[in-house]
Amino acid sequence: MDWFRILIKSAALTALLTGCATPLPPLIEAPKLGMPVAADTLTAQMLNVFPDGRGLPSGQGSVAEGARLFARHCAGCHGKDGRGGTAEELTGASRPLDHSAADKTIGSYWPYATTLFDFIRRAKPMGAPGTLSADEVYALSAWLLHANGLITADTMLDAARLAALRMPNRDGFLWIEAP
Amino acid sequence: MSQITPRPGRIQRAPEGFLSPEQIREVSAGRRDFLRTAFASASMVVAGTSVARAADGDPAILTLPEHSTTLGRPVAERPYGAPSQFEAGLRRRESPGLTRVAGSSVSFSPLQGLFGIITPSGLHFERHHQGWHDIDPARHRLMINGLVKEARVYTMDDLMRLPSVSRIHFIECGANTGMEWGNVAVPTVQYSHGMLSCSEFTGVPLSVLLDDCGIDRKRAKFVLAEGADGSSMTRTISLDRALDDVLVAWGQNGEMLRPENGYPLRLVVPGVQGVSWVKWLRRIEVGDQPWATKDEAVHYIDLMPDGTHRQYTSIQECKSVITTPSGGQTLLDKGFHNITGLAWSGRGKVKRVDVSVDGGRNWRTARLETPVLSKALTRFNIDWVWDGSPAILQSRAIDETGYVQPTYAQLRAVRGTRSIYHNNAIQSWKLADSGDVSNVQVF
Ligand code: HEC
Repeated sequence: MDWFRILIKSAALTALLTGCATPLPPLIEAPKLGMPVAADTLTAQMLNVFPDGRGLPSGQGSVAEGARLFARHCAGCHGKDGRGGTAEELTGASRPLDHSAADKTIGSYWPYATTLFDFIRRAKPMGAPGTLSADEVYALSAWLLHANGLITADTMLDAARLAALRMPNRDGFLWIEAP
Repeated sequence: MSQITPRPGRIQRAPEGFLSPEQIREVSAGRRDFLRTAFASASMVVAGTSVARAADGDPAILTLPEHSTTLGRPVAERPYGAPSQFEAGLRRRESPGLTRVAGSSVSFSPLQGLFGIITPSGLHFERHHQGWHDIDPARHRLMINGLVKEARVYTMDDLMRLPSVSRIHFIECGANTGMEWGNVAVPTVQYSHGMLSCSEFTGVPLSVLLDDCGIDRKRAKFVLAEGADGSSMTRTISLDRALDDVLVAWGQNGEMLRPENGYPLRLVVPGVQGVSWVKWLRRIEVGDQPWATKDEAVHYIDLMPDGTHRQYTSIQECKSVITTPSGGQTLLDKGFHNITGLAWSGRGKVKRVDVSVDGGRNWRTARLETPVLSKALTRFNIDWVWDGSPAILQSRAIDETGYVQPTYAQLRAVRGTRSIYHNNAIQSWKLADSGDVSNVQVF
């Protein structure tokens, strides 16, 4: 708790310099606020996935299962085949990114497949986020990647396959400055 | 047509601010002429009175109004005050047709009706990705984990016991003015620049909390901020920035944050686009590389003409806009007018603002009102006498690094016209000889 000591010290110093007669009471114990986190809480909370695949859970999902889940949970907003509805288009790009009306789909645009898993797991479906199991998220990711022409219909998607997938637009990004 | 109340000053400030819903509909249907007639007759009444005034005096001051002859309303009748009923038109507004899912949308601050540099909390712009919640502070927690000696979780009580600081900063959405990249798209400054607000925030420096948990200085390079809403908004922030001036804030303009602004806890990342100011902040993870979350890998980045994207262009560069006279307003008289507006820079203080009334040929330096603070809105004013001929009003800000706000031609030469984010071009307002002000682009 260095900030606390510094604070007290400098206050005492100011008091000295200004000739104030009442010294501040000595610091008995710096507060250590907050509580340490138990290991299982930690695992339940740390849901983020790095682009190199760290943080991906175990589990797997098929394209066919993903198609069923997409129709049930997602098609209402993103369209029957993911080509966009009231919400973003996710599949079916025909116009490239330098086109005046470019399609920004997962296949044509996204740099990492891990981002897809990470986002679906934490934020989808809109209205009931966090309700999908790891297997279901793998299946939805599998269907979306397949619908974007990035994996075959018989792929069983898991952590290793997802992390190894190189997205077509991976090199389309130039890192400008520190985030 | 309902009657229009004449207002002090000679500016019809903005359709939304001063007209009834019915009149707004007539204006949006292109029927501005009725305004002019209504004002002309209103002026005639005033003129008539002023003739009478010489002889009989002005009844508005001579005849005691009801509020001078009756008892007013009791104290604490409204335990939490509210704006005057006459200010009902001043409100944040959602741009019709911008988004189709109401929980994942934007409302804009009415910059044309604000004074000074502080945005009233109730008029702060909103951008939610999965709606807003009013979270019980007793149940809210902040967890810090990752590359730290000890992961810790804090209650609001814990946090609010720490030594707090209060700082005034602007927050601007990276997509502010984003609809104008290709061409003129929106009529008023509320929609062109209203994803911009400025508040005094109170909280504890993030560096204090990171020290408390003991970051692994060798490996730690970035932190991830995560929100507690359904979108679980997450953004990577570099450790240098996190240890610099970032705050974990609960206070906004002297009271707790508003729910729409992240109550009870949000991140304040001065100078950086609003998306990083994670609302309903629930977790900070310390890591060794960016997480490439959805809202940093594919959104809030800059599309270049060749189809590549500039990533992590987080700082809001120097920008300014004239808020009066601005699009949708009407100058009712020639003669003296005060041109006023806002300037800001994500890199520090605004050093100078120049104003042109002839589309950028000649510039005069405006007065900067105090305070002029780093990474905060700065108010500028300049006197002007309008001779009644058409004019194009512009402001151009320069910050303390010497950076000059670009023209549309300069910005587009580098970034093209199809980008969404980080449009800080010089804004032009065209004043017609009729007095109507509209949004135009000048190159
Ligand atoms: C209630 C409507 C709704 C439902 C249901 C929904 N989404 Fe979304 N989705 C949206 C909206 C709106 C956005 C934009 C979110 C934002 O503004 O951050 C979005 C964004 C996305 C994105 C990011 C797209 C991009 O380019 O940014 C993905 C991926 C996605 N949704 C996948 C899914 C999946 C998978 C499901 C089903 C499990 C689903 N969505 C269900 C409305 C919905």
